[in-house]
Amino acid sequence: MQLTVLIGVLLLLTWAGFAIGRQRAHAVSGRNSRNLHSLPAYYGYYVMVWCGIPAFLTVLLWLVLESSIITSLVVSALPPDAQSLPPSRLSLLLNDVRNLAAGGATSATASPEVQAAAEHYRSLKATSFAAMAVVCVTLLIAGIAFGRRYIHPQLRARNLVERTIMVFLIAASTIAVLTTIGIVLSLIFEAMRFFRMVSPIEFLFGLEWSPQIAMRADQVASAGSFGAVPIFAGTALISAIAMLVAVPIGLLSAIYMAEYAAPRFRAVAKPVLEILAGIPTVVYGFFAALVVAPFLRDGGHSIGLTISSESALAAGLVMGIMIIPFVSSLSDDVITAVPRSMREGSYGLGATQSETIRRVVLPAALPGIVGSVLLAVSRAIGETMIVVMAAGLTARLTANPFEAVTTVTVQIVTLLVGDQEFDSPKTLAAFALGLVLFIITLGLNVIALRVVQKYREKYD
Amino acid sequence: MTESILQDRTGRNTADRVQAGLKRRYAAERRFRIYGLISILTAMGFLAALLTSIAGNGYGAFLQTHVRLDILFSKADLDPGGTGDPAVLRQGDYDALIKDALAHRFPDVTSRADKRKLNGMISASAGFDLAQMVADEPEIVGTTQRIWLPATGDIDVFVKGNVSEKVPETERRIKDVEIGWVKALQSTGDLELKFNTRFFTSGDSRNPEVAGIWGAVVGSLFTLIITLALAFPLGVMAAVYLEEFAPKNRWTDLVEVNINNLAAVPSIVFGLLGLAVFLNFFHLPRSAPLVGGMVLALITLPTIIIASRAALKAVPPSIREAALGVGASRMQTVTHHVLPLAMPGMLTGTIIGMAHALGETAPLLMIGMVAFIVDIPTSPLDPATVLPVQVYLWADSAERAFVERTSAAILVLIAFLICMNLLAIILRKRFERRW
Repeated sequence: MQLTVLIGVLLLLTWAGFAIGRQRAHAVSGRNSRNLHSLPAYYGYYVMVWCGIPAFLTVLLWLVLESSIITSLVVSALPPDAQSLPPSRLSLLLNDVRNLAAGGATSATASPEVQAAAEHYRSLKATSFAAMAVVCVTLLIAGIAFGRRYIHPQLRARNLVERTIMVFLIAASTIAVLTTIGIVLSLIFEAMRFFRMVSPIEFLFGLEWSPQIAMRADQVASAGSFGAVPIFAGTALISAIAMLVAVPIGLLSAIYMAEYAAPRFRAVAKPVLEILAGIPTVVYGFFAALVVAPFLRDGGHSIGLTISSESALAAGLVMGIMIIPFVSSLSDDVITAVPRSMREGSYGLGATQSETIRRVVLPAALPGIVGSVLLAVSRAIGETMIVVMAAGLTARLTANPFEAVTTVTVQIVTLLVGDQEFDSPKTLAAFALGLVLFIITLGLNVIALRVVQKYREKYD
Repeated sequence: MTESILQDRTGRNTADRVQAGLKRRYAAERRFRIYGLISILTAMGFLAALLTSIAGNGYGAFLQTHVRLDILFSKADLDPGGTGDPAVLRQGDYDALIKDALAHRFPDVTSRADKRKLNGMISASAGFDLAQMVADEPEIVGTTQRIWLPATGDIDVFVKGNVSEKVPETERRIKDVEIGWVKALQSTGDLELKFNTRFFTSGDSRNPEVAGIWGAVVGSLFTLIITLALAFPLGVMAAVYLEEFAPKNRWTDLVEVNINNLAAVPSIVFGLLGLAVFLNFFHLPRSAPLVGGMVLALITLPTIIIASRAALKAVPPSIREAALGVGASRMQTVTHHVLPLAMPGMLTGTIIGMAHALGETAPLLMIGMVAFIVDIPTSPLDPATVLPVQVYLWADSAERAFVERTSAAILVLIAFLICMNLLAIILRKRFERRW
């Protein structure tokens, strides 16, 4: 709340800076803007650059650094026996302190030390906020004064302002790169910690996956084992089922839509298929668990098959439905991109329409189709909610689609939802799985783009 | 000479050979066409099955079984001192009032087990409602009021006809004696299906009959506001730089490849990024819409950049040349002329990106937005959940009454998505320009 007020004040002051700058430009030009290098407003922006950017950067930096600095100060003020606690206990204690300082309830009745620490925490927090407010407002006013002094008719205000904007534009465009770097670094960093506890060979080639770590030494199955092959196999099985559904239906729909459908039919059918792509995956997951899985189980039962209610078939089937529009819309684009002249050449030789499609259009569009299928595979592998809700949890090495299998994404979710300790291999295994998932989907994506680029026929 | 070309060894000429195969080829043609039609119809059939099953399951949740009881707000129980002090009133045993009213309505129920069943017909949260009523209007203490109270989920499911009486008693959750009470109440008009306003106004609950989606809707709203505030300016700025100013070099190529690849990274990986960087490194609060919004902003950023670049590309170069020709700087050309013309396209892309963000679930599971939260969040820093995660949470509950609420929540989610997409379509149609 206080912060909102402060930011409001800062914004108001920045706007005042703009007005002052413009006013000053008017004054130094002798009320004749022709004497100025730039339009008067640019002098206003120029002052805004001087006052606003430092102040708001300070606020941002302060907010990022504040909590860790205050925490370390509170810890150093704690009694020595509390300071020597193991990190996990210490963080619990600090949580209590923070809760108490925020006026909330604590896990236990607070001891005097905790209460003192909370008081300390609260006072530090108040001091920090006051200091931030003072520093920022001072910076802002200093910026206005500074910028105002520089204004004279020959000042190239527009160029300076535009250069500043350009810096922001470039910074925005690097966010994407920073995101990738962030993903790669965080996955690799946590996965490295995992591989220090479990060897990569065991992870990649082990056949046993049971990540439960014992709480007590005498528990049954106390040693977790982290062989991920059953998970990879399960992912492959479900994705394969999905592709068996999606590729024929998607491709044939695309062909019909591009080659046969009357414009009116196309106008209806294309949006309907796109609706399939717009439905949230959690809805598909619910549909799979509520309707498709029981339907398959009962259907299988009536013809004497035992189909698990969390079968790979149900999850794969529904995932296939979800992927149909990805295959069909991408394939539709590449099929319509094949030039008319090629079709007409084929008709002229006496081929029927389906012969033309199979012998001329599809071979010409093949790279694009392969690319779209690869993209669809990467989507199937990375899909989470359908399998979380409809597929199983136990890692089983099987090729039987009627049994329950688990996938990489299901394991990531089950390992990370709920209580976490960031020093147990159980939690870190999720990051190792995430790394594998990232590498595979990235690889598929790169290959797909290469296939499309390399083998694309150029017709012009 | 010509005959030798046209005739094969058996003496037929080409026309005959074509004739002979024609029937087969036309049949193949028809088959191929039908395969295409069948596959489109299959896809549409799947969509229809999905939507009808969810709508069929979900519409019931908009109604809720209520029971009318004569509740005596006895002064002796609630306010023995007669002070009217709100603190004393809040301490009262309101569940006992309901039990008394039920005992009064069905005086012949005496056995302990039956009494427990009878009291179990009214939602466990009904006592809070009465407490709230008394807090709002202390004057009603000492009077008898006819009040509609929500029935429990099991009764609700039975009244809506989702459990058959023909099922053996041991296999259903509602027993014969309870069915008898329901019928008795129905015969006097004291049990009715009423519109379930609570579903739209309250937060999550363990009791399906009082669980609502408002908490999740507010959480979604906060999350989307954060996403929009981050992703739209950053996306547009990045697109403007890449499309209008960037020199063609290794670095911009790298940025472009990066953006395309990010668009194909599974969303759960972004969740892992959020967990490792935002929560563990920057120590931002868990389960907060702030963090959810930041993660979703990173996910939608590539979509917005790609759509914005397409919109900028569609602005013809003549506009830029004209502006430059009358002395505008490149920055002025972009901000005064190109951006306004490209804005409808950018907004369309952004709305579609936001619709995706609204349906996104997996990354939010990673950053802890799956907690069971009853309170309605009041700021982006409060723990919250979002609509699709609420669907996921309810879908996990075993109770039949939650299936209905899950489907209803999905209907609400889909309604929001349809609105957003319609807005995008209208925007595109309204402002689309052909140059």
